[in-house]
Amino acid sequence: MRITQGTFSFLPDLTKAQVAAQVQYCLDRGWAVSIEHTDDPHPRNTYWEMWGAPLFDLADAAGVMGEIEACKAAHPADYVRVNAFDSARGWETVRLSFIVQRPAEEKGFRLDRTEVEGRTQRYALRHRAGAL
Amino acid sequence: MSTAILPAPTAAAPAGVAQAGLDLGALFTQSEVPQFLAELERDLIGLEPVKRRIREIAAHLVVGRAREMVGLICGAPTLHMTFTGNPGTGKTTVALKMAGILHRLGYVRRGHLVSVTRDDLVGQYIGHTAPKTKDILKKAMGGVLFIDEAYYLYRPENERDYGQEAIEILLQVMENQRDDLVVILAGYQDRMDRFFESNPGFRSRIAHHIDFPDYADDELVRIAKAMAEGADYAFAPEAEAALADYVRRRRSQPNFANARSIRNAFDRMRLRQSLRLFETGGAVDRARLATIGAEDVRASRVFAGGIDAPAAPG
Repeated sequence: MRITQGTFSFLPDLTKAQVAAQVQYCLDRGWAVSIEHTDDPHPRNTYWEMWGAPLFDLADAAGVMGEIEACKAAHPADYVRVNAFDSARGWETVRLSFIVQRPAEEKGFRLDRTEVEGRTQRYALRHRAGAL
Repeated sequence: MSTAILPAPTAAAPAGVAQAGLDLGALFTQSEVPQFLAELERDLIGLEPVKRRIREIAAHLVVGRAREMVGLICGAPTLHMTFTGNPGTGKTTVALKMAGILHRLGYVRRGHLVSVTRDDLVGQYIGHTAPKTKDILKKAMGGVLFIDEAYYLYRPENERDYGQEAIEILLQVMENQRDDLVVILAGYQDRMDRFFESNPGFRSRIAHHIDFPDYADDELVRIAKAMAEGADYAFAPEAEAALADYVRRRRSQPNFANARSIRNAFDRMRLRQSLRLFETGGAVDRARLATIGAEDVRASRVFAGGIDAPAAPG
Protein backbone atom coordinates (compact mmCIF):
# COMPACT_ATOMS: atom_id res chain seq x y z
CA MET A 1 0.00 0.00 0.00
CA ARG A 2 1.50 3.29 -1.07
CA ILE A 3 1.79 5.75 1.79
CA THR A 4 0.42 9.13 0.86
CA GLN A 5 1.40 11.85 3.26
CA GLY A 6 3.12 15.18 2.85
CA THR A 7 3.35 17.13 -0.37
CA PHE A 8 3.69 15.40 -3.77
CA SER A 9 2.67 12.04 -2.36
CA PHE A 10 0.10 11.39 -5.10
CA LEU A 11 2.74 12.05 -7.75
CA PRO A 12 5.29 9.53 -8.95
CA ASP A 13 8.42 9.55 -6.76
CA LEU A 14 10.51 12.66 -7.32
CA THR A 15 13.82 12.29 -9.11
CA LYS A 16 17.00 13.54 -7.51
CA ALA A 17 16.97 16.66 -9.65
CA GLN A 18 13.36 17.37 -8.67
CA VAL A 19 14.15 16.91 -4.98
CA ALA A 20 17.16 19.25 -5.35
CA ALA A 21 14.95 21.86 -7.03
CA GLN A 22 12.38 21.66 -4.23
CA VAL A 23 15.11 21.94 -1.59
CA GLN A 24 16.57 24.93 -3.39
CA TYR A 25 13.13 26.54 -3.38
CA CYS A 26 13.02 26.13 0.41
CA LEU A 27 16.54 27.47 0.92
CA ASP A 28 15.84 30.48 -1.28
CA ARG A 29 12.96 31.34 1.04
CA GLY A 30 15.15 30.99 4.11
CA TRP A 31 13.48 27.89 5.48
CA ALA A 32 15.57 25.47 7.53
CA VAL A 33 15.58 22.07 5.89
CA SER A 34 15.73 18.92 7.97
CA ILE A 35 15.79 15.22 7.17
CA GLU A 36 13.89 12.53 9.07
CA HIS A 37 13.39 8.79 8.72
CA THR A 38 11.15 6.17 10.26
CA ASP A 39 10.05 2.56 9.94
CA ASP A 40 6.56 3.46 11.16
CA PRO A 41 4.81 5.88 8.81
CA HIS A 42 1.53 5.84 10.74
CA PRO A 43 -0.21 9.17 10.10
CA ARG A 44 -0.34 9.82 13.84
CA ASN A 45 3.42 9.23 14.15
CA THR A 46 4.40 12.88 14.01
CA TYR A 47 7.88 12.43 15.37
CA TRP A 48 10.16 10.63 12.97
CA GLU A 49 13.82 10.03 13.83
CA MET A 50 15.91 13.07 13.02
CA TRP A 51 18.85 12.60 10.72
CA GLY A 52 21.23 14.98 12.47
CA ALA A 53 20.25 18.50 13.37
CA PRO A 54 18.24 20.64 10.94
CA LEU A 55 20.52 22.14 8.30
CA PHE A 56 20.65 25.83 9.05
CA ASP A 57 22.35 28.58 7.03
CA LEU A 58 22.78 26.69 3.79
CA ALA A 59 22.74 28.49 0.47
CA ASP A 60 22.77 25.61 -1.96
CA ALA A 61 20.84 22.35 -2.19
CA ALA A 62 24.03 20.33 -2.73
CA GLY A 63 24.69 20.24 1.01
CA VAL A 64 21.19 18.90 1.73
CA MET A 65 21.37 16.38 -1.11
CA GLY A 66 24.56 14.94 0.38
CA GLU A 67 22.79 14.43 3.71
CA ILE A 68 19.73 12.90 2.05
CA GLU A 69 21.91 10.40 0.23
CA ALA A 70 23.76 9.59 3.46
CA CYS A 71 20.47 9.02 5.27
CA LYS A 72 19.14 6.80 2.49
CA ALA A 73 22.33 4.75 2.50
CA ALA A 74 22.19 4.31 6.27
CA HIS A 75 18.47 3.40 6.30
CA PRO A 76 17.69 1.76 2.97
CA ALA A 77 14.49 0.15 4.28
CA ASP A 78 13.04 3.25 5.97
CA TYR A 79 10.81 6.05 4.86
CA VAL A 80 12.83 9.26 4.52
CA ARG A 81 11.24 12.68 4.37
CA VAL A 82 12.45 16.24 4.00
CA ASN A 83 10.89 19.03 6.06
CA ALA A 84 11.31 22.77 5.58
CA PHE A 85 10.63 24.91 8.62
CA ASP A 86 9.74 28.58 8.26
CA SER A 87 10.78 30.53 11.35
CA ALA A 88 9.16 33.78 10.17
CA ARG A 89 6.85 35.34 12.74
CA GLY A 90 3.28 34.35 12.06
CA TRP A 91 4.28 31.10 10.37
CA GLU A 92 6.71 29.36 12.73
CA THR A 93 5.81 26.02 11.28
CA VAL A 94 6.77 23.41 8.72
CA ARG A 95 5.91 24.86 5.31
CA LEU A 96 6.82 21.91 3.16
CA SER A 97 7.29 18.23 3.92
CA PHE A 98 7.68 15.45 1.40
CA ILE A 99 8.82 11.84 1.23
CA VAL A 100 12.04 11.22 -0.69
CA GLN A 101 12.45 7.49 -0.06
CA ARG A 102 10.11 4.58 0.46
CA PRO A 103 11.00 0.97 1.22
CA ALA A 104 11.10 -1.31 -1.82
CA GLU A 105 7.98 -3.06 -0.58
CA GLU A 106 5.50 -0.95 1.33
CA LYS A 107 3.82 -3.18 3.87
CA GLY A 108 0.87 -0.93 4.62
CA PHE A 109 -1.35 -1.10 7.72
CA ARG A 110 -3.29 -3.73 9.56
CA LEU A 111 -6.57 -3.01 11.32
CA ASP A 112 -6.68 -4.24 14.92
CA ARG A 113 -10.10 -4.71 16.55
CA THR A 114 -10.45 -4.81 20.29
CA GLU A 115 -13.73 -5.77 21.90
CA VAL A 116 -14.45 -3.80 25.03
CA GLU A 117 -17.45 -3.61 27.35
CA GLY A 118 -20.92 -3.88 25.83
CA ARG A 119 -19.60 -5.45 22.62
CA THR A 120 -18.14 -2.07 21.63
CA GLN A 121 -15.34 -2.31 19.11
CA ARG A 122 -12.16 -0.25 19.33
CA TYR A 123 -10.13 0.02 16.17
CA ALA A 124 -6.43 0.68 15.72
CA LEU A 125 -4.19 0.91 12.67
CA ARG A 126 -0.82 -0.75 12.99
CA HIS A 127 1.99 -0.61 10.48
CA ARG A 128 2.69 -4.13 9.25
CA ALA A 129 6.46 -3.68 9.27
CA GLY A 130 6.27 -3.14 13.02
CA ALA A 131 6.82 -5.72 15.73
CA LEU A 132 3.63 -7.75 15.13
CA MET B 1 11.28 30.11 -27.92
CA SER B 2 13.57 28.71 -30.57
CA THR B 3 16.08 27.68 -27.93
CA ALA B 4 13.44 25.62 -26.17
CA ILE B 5 12.78 23.40 -29.15
CA LEU B 6 16.40 23.09 -30.20
CA PRO B 7 18.02 19.91 -28.89
CA ALA B 8 20.84 20.25 -26.39
CA PRO B 9 24.16 20.72 -28.17
CA THR B 10 25.72 17.34 -28.79
CA ALA B 11 28.53 16.11 -30.95
CA ALA B 12 26.16 15.44 -33.83
CA ALA B 13 23.69 18.30 -33.69
CA PRO B 14 25.70 21.47 -34.21
CA ALA B 15 27.57 20.39 -37.32
CA GLY B 16 26.27 23.48 -39.08
CA VAL B 17 27.76 25.71 -36.42
CA ALA B 18 31.06 23.89 -36.64
CA GLN B 19 31.25 24.46 -40.37
CA ALA B 20 30.08 28.04 -40.24
CA GLY B 21 32.68 28.90 -37.62
CA LEU B 22 32.05 30.90 -34.49
CA ASP B 23 32.80 34.51 -33.88
CA LEU B 24 34.61 34.47 -30.56
CA GLY B 25 34.59 38.24 -30.38
CA ALA B 26 30.82 38.40 -30.73
CA LEU B 27 30.43 35.65 -28.17
CA PHE B 28 32.66 37.64 -25.85
CA THR B 29 30.77 40.92 -26.21
CA GLN B 30 27.42 39.18 -25.82
CA SER B 31 28.43 37.78 -22.44
CA GLU B 32 28.57 39.84 -19.28
CA VAL B 33 32.32 39.41 -19.21
CA PRO B 34 33.64 42.66 -20.77
CA GLN B 35 31.64 45.04 -18.61
CA PHE B 36 32.56 42.98 -15.68
CA LEU B 37 36.28 43.08 -16.43
CA ALA B 38 36.04 46.86 -16.73
CA GLU B 39 34.40 46.96 -13.33
CA LEU B 40 37.21 44.87 -11.90
CA GLU B 41 39.79 47.19 -13.41
CA ARG B 42 38.06 50.11 -11.76
CA ASP B 43 37.54 48.55 -8.33
CA LEU B 44 40.90 46.91 -7.81
CA ILE B 45 43.94 49.14 -7.74
CA GLY B 46 47.19 47.45 -8.77
CA LEU B 47 47.20 43.65 -8.34
CA GLU B 48 48.15 42.92 -11.96
CA PRO B 49 48.81 39.16 -11.52
CA VAL B 50 45.39 38.77 -9.92
CA LYS B 51 43.60 40.60 -12.70
CA ARG B 52 45.48 38.61 -15.32
CA ARG B 53 44.38 35.35 -13.74
CA ILE B 54 40.77 36.50 -13.58
CA ARG B 55 40.93 37.48 -17.24
CA GLU B 56 42.23 33.99 -18.01
CA ILE B 57 39.37 32.39 -16.14
CA ALA B 58 36.85 34.65 -17.87
CA ALA B 59 38.36 33.89 -21.28
CA HIS B 60 38.21 30.20 -20.52
CA LEU B 61 34.51 30.50 -19.85
CA VAL B 62 33.86 32.12 -23.22
CA VAL B 63 36.02 29.57 -25.02
CA GLY B 64 34.30 26.82 -23.09
CA ARG B 65 30.91 28.02 -24.35
CA ALA B 66 32.25 28.10 -27.89
CA ARG B 67 33.61 24.57 -27.50
CA GLU B 68 30.26 23.42 -26.23
CA MET B 69 28.57 24.90 -29.29
CA VAL B 70 30.73 22.94 -31.72
CA GLY B 71 30.34 19.78 -29.69
CA LEU B 72 33.73 19.54 -28.04
CA ILE B 73 34.01 18.28 -24.49
CA CYS B 74 33.84 21.10 -21.99
CA GLY B 75 34.60 19.99 -18.47
CA ALA B 76 34.47 22.51 -15.67
CA PRO B 77 38.01 23.50 -14.79
CA THR B 78 39.34 23.03 -11.29
CA LEU B 79 39.11 26.45 -9.75
CA HIS B 80 40.54 25.91 -6.30
CA MET B 81 43.06 28.64 -5.60
CA THR B 82 45.67 29.80 -3.19
CA PHE B 83 46.24 33.45 -2.47
CA THR B 84 49.66 34.21 -1.07
CA GLY B 85 51.10 37.57 -0.19
CA ASN B 86 52.15 39.93 2.54
CA PRO B 87 49.69 41.38 5.05
CA GLY B 88 47.29 43.93 3.62
CA THR B 89 47.76 43.08 -0.04
CA GLY B 90 44.06 42.48 -0.57
CA LYS B 91 43.75 38.70 -0.31
CA THR B 92 40.49 38.76 1.63
CA THR B 93 39.07 41.60 -0.46
CA VAL B 94 39.76 39.73 -3.67
CA ALA B 95 38.35 36.51 -2.23
CA LEU B 96 35.10 38.37 -1.53
CA LYS B 97 35.07 39.64 -5.08
CA MET B 98 36.07 36.26 -6.47
CA ALA B 99 32.87 34.70 -5.15
CA GLY B 100 30.84 37.27 -7.07
CA ILE B 101 33.05 36.93 -10.11
CA LEU B 102 32.79 33.16 -10.33
CA HIS B 103 29.05 33.38 -9.80
CA ARG B 104 28.61 35.87 -12.62
CA LEU B 105 30.84 33.82 -14.86
CA GLY B 106 28.66 30.83 -14.08
CA TYR B 107 31.22 28.68 -12.32
CA VAL B 108 29.46 28.58 -8.95
CA ARG B 109 25.71 28.48 -8.47
CA ARG B 110 25.09 30.88 -5.57
CA GLY B 111 28.17 33.04 -5.26
CA HIS B 112 28.28 33.47 -1.50
CA LEU B 113 31.54 33.44 0.42
CA VAL B 114 32.05 31.44 3.59
CA SER B 115 35.13 32.74 5.32
CA VAL B 116 36.65 30.45 7.93
CA THR B 117 39.83 29.92 9.90
CA ARG B 118 41.22 26.88 11.69
CA ASP B 119 38.86 27.30 14.64
CA ASP B 120 35.81 26.85 12.42
CA LEU B 121 37.05 23.60 10.91
CA VAL B 122 38.98 21.80 13.61
CA GLY B 123 37.24 20.43 16.67
CA GLN B 124 38.39 20.27 20.25
CA TYR B 125 38.05 16.57 20.96
CA ILE B 126 38.03 13.28 19.10
CA GLY B 127 35.07 13.00 16.77
CA HIS B 128 34.33 16.71 16.83
CA THR B 129 36.32 17.68 13.76
CA ALA B 130 34.57 15.73 11.02
CA PRO B 131 31.04 17.03 11.70
CA LYS B 132 32.38 20.55 12.13
CA THR B 133 34.28 20.51 8.86
CA LYS B 134 31.39 18.88 7.00
CA ASP B 135 29.02 21.48 8.40
CA ILE B 136 31.15 24.29 7.03
CA LEU B 137 31.50 22.53 3.69
CA LYS B 138 27.73 22.16 3.44
CA LYS B 139 27.31 25.86 4.10
CA ALA B 140 29.85 26.68 1.41
CA MET B 141 28.23 24.47 -1.25
CA GLY B 142 27.38 26.47 -4.33
CA GLY B 143 29.78 29.21 -3.33
CA VAL B 144 33.34 29.86 -2.27
CA LEU B 145 35.01 28.56 0.87
CA PHE B 146 37.75 30.94 1.94
CA ILE B 147 40.21 29.51 4.45
CA ASP B 148 42.29 32.30 5.89
CA GLU B 149 45.74 31.41 7.20
CA ALA B 150 45.26 27.86 6.00
CA TYR B 151 48.66 26.70 7.24
CA TYR B 152 47.34 26.66 10.81
CA LEU B 153 45.31 23.60 9.79
CA TYR B 154 48.48 21.58 9.90
CA ARG B 155 50.46 21.51 13.12
CA PRO B 156 53.48 19.28 12.61
CA GLU B 157 54.66 19.72 16.20
CA ASN B 158 51.60 17.86 17.52
CA GLU B 159 51.08 14.53 15.81
CA ARG B 160 47.68 14.03 17.42
CA ASP B 161 46.41 17.36 16.17
CA TYR B 162 42.94 17.13 14.65
CA GLY B 163 43.87 19.47 11.81
CA GLN B 164 44.95 16.52 9.70
CA GLU B 165 41.42 15.12 9.82
CA ALA B 166 39.98 18.40 8.56
CA ILE B 167 42.57 18.44 5.77
CA GLU B 168 41.58 14.95 4.64
CA ILE B 169 37.88 15.81 4.49
CA LEU B 170 38.66 19.02 2.63
CA LEU B 171 40.78 17.21 0.07
CA GLN B 172 38.09 14.64 -0.52
CA VAL B 173 35.40 17.26 -1.16
CA MET B 174 37.73 19.40 -3.26
CA GLU B 175 38.31 16.38 -5.46
CA ASN B 176 34.82 14.89 -5.66
CA GLN B 177 32.57 17.94 -5.61
CA ARG B 178 34.45 20.33 -7.82
CA ASP B 179 31.18 21.49 -9.35
CA ASP B 180 29.71 22.35 -6.00
CA LEU B 181 32.27 24.61 -4.42
CA VAL B 182 35.52 26.45 -4.92
CA VAL B 183 38.08 26.47 -2.13
CA ILE B 184 40.46 29.38 -1.70
CA LEU B 185 43.37 29.04 0.71
CA ALA B 186 45.07 32.22 1.78
CA GLY B 187 48.14 33.04 3.79
CA TYR B 188 51.66 34.37 3.83
CA GLN B 189 53.93 33.02 1.14
CA ASP B 190 56.66 31.26 3.14
CA ARG B 191 54.29 29.53 5.54
CA MET B 192 52.02 28.40 2.72
CA ASP B 193 55.06 26.89 0.99
CA ARG B 194 55.89 24.91 4.10
CA PHE B 195 52.25 23.87 4.42
CA PHE B 196 52.22 22.52 0.87
CA GLU B 197 55.50 20.70 1.37
CA SER B 198 53.98 18.70 4.19
CA ASN B 199 50.64 18.24 2.37
CA PRO B 200 51.52 17.42 -1.24
CA GLY B 201 47.92 16.38 -1.90
CA PHE B 202 46.86 19.99 -1.54
CA ARG B 203 49.29 21.43 -4.01
CA SER B 204 48.32 19.01 -6.75
CA ARG B 205 44.62 19.66 -6.27
CA ILE B 206 44.97 23.40 -6.59
CA ALA B 207 45.39 24.70 -10.09
CA HIS B 208 45.75 28.39 -9.42
CA HIS B 209 48.45 29.82 -7.22
CA ILE B 210 48.07 33.56 -7.22
CA ASP B 211 50.72 35.71 -5.62
CA PHE B 212 49.70 39.13 -4.37
CA PRO B 213 52.56 41.61 -4.82
CA ASP B 214 53.17 44.49 -2.45
CA TYR B 215 51.58 47.73 -3.56
CA ALA B 216 53.73 50.44 -5.06
CA ASP B 217 53.75 53.85 -3.36
CA ASP B 218 51.54 55.52 -5.95
CA GLU B 219 49.08 52.64 -5.75
CA LEU B 220 48.83 53.09 -2.00
CA VAL B 221 48.12 56.78 -2.48
CA ARG B 222 45.39 55.90 -4.97
CA ILE B 223 43.97 53.41 -2.48
CA ALA B 224 43.91 56.08 0.22
CA LYS B 225 42.10 58.43 -2.13
CA ALA B 226 39.61 55.75 -3.07
CA MET B 227 38.99 55.05 0.63
CA ALA B 228 38.46 58.73 1.29
CA GLU B 229 36.09 59.00 -1.63
CA GLY B 230 34.14 56.01 -0.40
CA ALA B 231 33.71 57.69 2.98
CA ASP B 232 32.80 61.07 1.45
CA TYR B 233 36.09 62.73 2.31
CA ALA B 234 38.61 64.43 0.06
CA PHE B 235 42.26 65.28 0.47
CA ALA B 236 43.32 68.89 0.06
CA PRO B 237 46.01 69.28 -2.64
CA GLU B 238 48.80 69.79 -0.10
CA ALA B 239 47.41 66.86 1.92
CA GLU B 240 47.89 64.65 -1.12
CA ALA B 241 51.56 65.54 -1.25
CA ALA B 242 51.80 64.82 2.47
CA LEU B 243 50.10 61.52 1.86
CA ALA B 244 52.70 60.47 -0.72
CA ASP B 245 55.38 61.46 1.76
CA TYR B 246 53.59 59.47 4.45
CA VAL B 247 53.42 56.31 2.35
CA ARG B 248 57.13 56.51 1.52
CA ARG B 249 58.12 56.91 5.17
CA ARG B 250 55.65 54.39 6.53
CA ARG B 251 56.97 51.64 4.26
CA SER B 252 60.41 51.68 5.86
CA GLN B 253 59.01 51.45 9.36
CA PRO B 254 58.16 48.21 11.17
CA ASN B 255 54.80 46.42 10.91
CA PHE B 256 54.00 47.88 7.53
CA ALA B 257 50.90 46.12 6.23
CA ASN B 258 50.27 47.68 2.82
CA ALA B 259 46.66 48.76 2.33
CA ARG B 260 45.74 47.86 5.90
CA SER B 261 48.27 50.37 7.24
CA ILE B 262 46.81 52.93 4.90
CA ARG B 263 43.31 52.23 6.11
CA ASN B 264 44.37 52.64 9.72
CA ALA B 265 46.22 55.84 8.86
CA PHE B 266 43.13 57.17 7.14
CA ASP B 267 40.99 56.40 10.16
CA ARG B 268 43.41 58.34 12.37
CA MET B 269 43.44 61.25 9.91
CA ARG B 270 39.66 61.45 10.20
CA LEU B 271 39.95 61.57 13.98
CA ARG B 272 42.52 64.35 13.79
CA GLN B 273 40.39 66.26 11.33
CA SER B 274 37.39 66.02 13.65
CA LEU B 275 39.38 67.24 16.62
CA ARG B 276 40.87 70.10 14.60
CA LEU B 277 37.43 71.26 13.46
CA PHE B 278 36.09 70.90 16.97
CA GLU B 279 38.89 72.93 18.53
CA THR B 280 38.80 75.67 15.92
CA GLY B 281 35.09 76.04 16.53
CA GLY B 282 33.11 78.54 14.52
CA ALA B 283 31.04 77.80 11.48
CA VAL B 284 31.71 74.76 9.35
CA ASP B 285 30.47 74.20 5.86
CA ARG B 286 30.24 71.15 3.66
CA ALA B 287 33.68 71.64 2.15
CA ARG B 288 35.43 71.98 5.51
CA LEU B 289 33.69 68.92 6.88
CA ALA B 290 34.74 66.86 3.89
CA THR B 291 38.35 68.00 3.52
CA ILE B 292 41.32 66.39 5.17
CA GLY B 293 44.10 68.95 5.39
CA ALA B 294 47.85 68.49 5.22
CA GLU B 295 48.11 69.11 8.97
CA ASP B 296 45.89 66.08 9.62
CA VAL B 297 48.34 63.92 7.67
CA ARG B 298 51.52 65.52 8.96
CA ALA B 299 50.53 65.12 12.61
CA SER B 300 51.20 61.39 12.32
CA ARG B 301 53.93 59.78 14.39
CA VAL B 302 55.36 58.47 11.14
CA PHE B 303 56.72 61.97 10.49
CA ALA B 304 58.12 62.23 14.01
CA GLY B 305 60.57 59.38 13.57
CA GLY B 306 58.36 56.33 13.43
CA ILE B 307 55.68 54.49 15.30
CA ASP B 308 58.11 53.72 18.12
CA ALA B 309 58.67 57.41 18.79
CA PRO B 310 56.48 59.10 21.42
CA ALA B 311 53.12 60.17 20.07
CA ALA B 312 52.99 63.61 18.56
CA PRO B 313 50.73 66.01 20.42
CA GLY B 314 47.27 66.18 18.92
